[in-house]
Amino acid sequence: MEIPYTVEIRRDTGLTNGKIGIWLFLASEVMLFGALFASYILIRTGAPQWPRGDTILNVPLATFNTLVLISSSVTMVMAWASLMRRRLGTFRLYMGATILLGFVFLTVKYFEYSHKFHDDLFPSTNNFLAIYFTLTGLHMLHVFGGMCVNAYLLGPGSKLWETNPKWFTNRVENSGLFWHFVDLVWIFLFPTLYLL
Amino acid sequence: METTTTDHAADIDHHVKIYITVFVALMVLTIVTVAVSRFHLPVRVAVSVALFVATIKGSLVACYFMHLISEKKLILAVLGLTAVFFIVLLALPVLTVHDGYWIH
Repeated sequence: MEIPYTVEIRRDTGLTNGKIGIWLFLASEVMLFGALFASYILIRTGAPQWPRGDTILNVPLATFNTLVLISSSVTMVMAWASLMRRRLGTFRLYMGATILLGFVFLTVKYFEYSHKFHDDLFPSTNNFLAIYFTLTGLHMLHVFGGMCVNAYLLGPGSKLWETNPKWFTNRVENSGLFWHFVDLVWIFLFPTLYLL
Repeated sequence: METTTTDHAADIDHHVKIYITVFVALMVLTIVTVAVSRFHLPVRVAVSVALFVATIKGSLVACYFMHLISEKKLILAVLGLTAVFFIVLLALPVLTVHDGYWIH
């Protein structure tokens, strides 16, 4: 059975099903992270004292990671632009770079987490660290999920380009929307947790 | 047909230039965010500045990388509705902490 409206536009929505689907999913993600941000505000404003993030966390590493994630957003959108130009080889390069940058981000987080654990700083230590580990942990899972989808599109999923290039381009665009959302969340997490 | 293909390629080239410009802007704004935090401003000012810069950065990503600037009205409507719920969600704890005016 063929999946409808993967390439052709629906009359009622003016969009493909994949496009509206990914945006509805991202809307639910906004509420997920929104609930955690709201919890953070509630706990922080209710606390008699709250540590500045830079007294506990490693700001230079997090700044580096921010630049890495922003770079990965650019390579992701360039991967999509390459398909729009019908250049599969260039797409592979940019998509590979996106996955690599995601890997660099997770590696840096691994060292950050390891350092915290080594210093006996755990989620149970205090509210600040509980929020830090919850928010960054959930964000890391999103980065990992995005990397898996991107790896599929770079590997076996790219066979679709030969039979239906438009559909494949739409898939890359939707994966890119998720990846940019993950970048967007980090843009707010970074100052909130590390700098304030 | 040839003209259409050329126009399409030129359109993508134009988009790529925008992506590079946004990339540079995001890098600069990240450095600005970190630099401002070094001044150890009062908490209210620091939060305002940090969130202002983050909002600009987030808007750049959403508008240009996620193409919201040229997206269909239905998607903008979905996001608008989400934004309303998001703001209510964030406002709830803020309203709560003012010594129980609303919820105690």
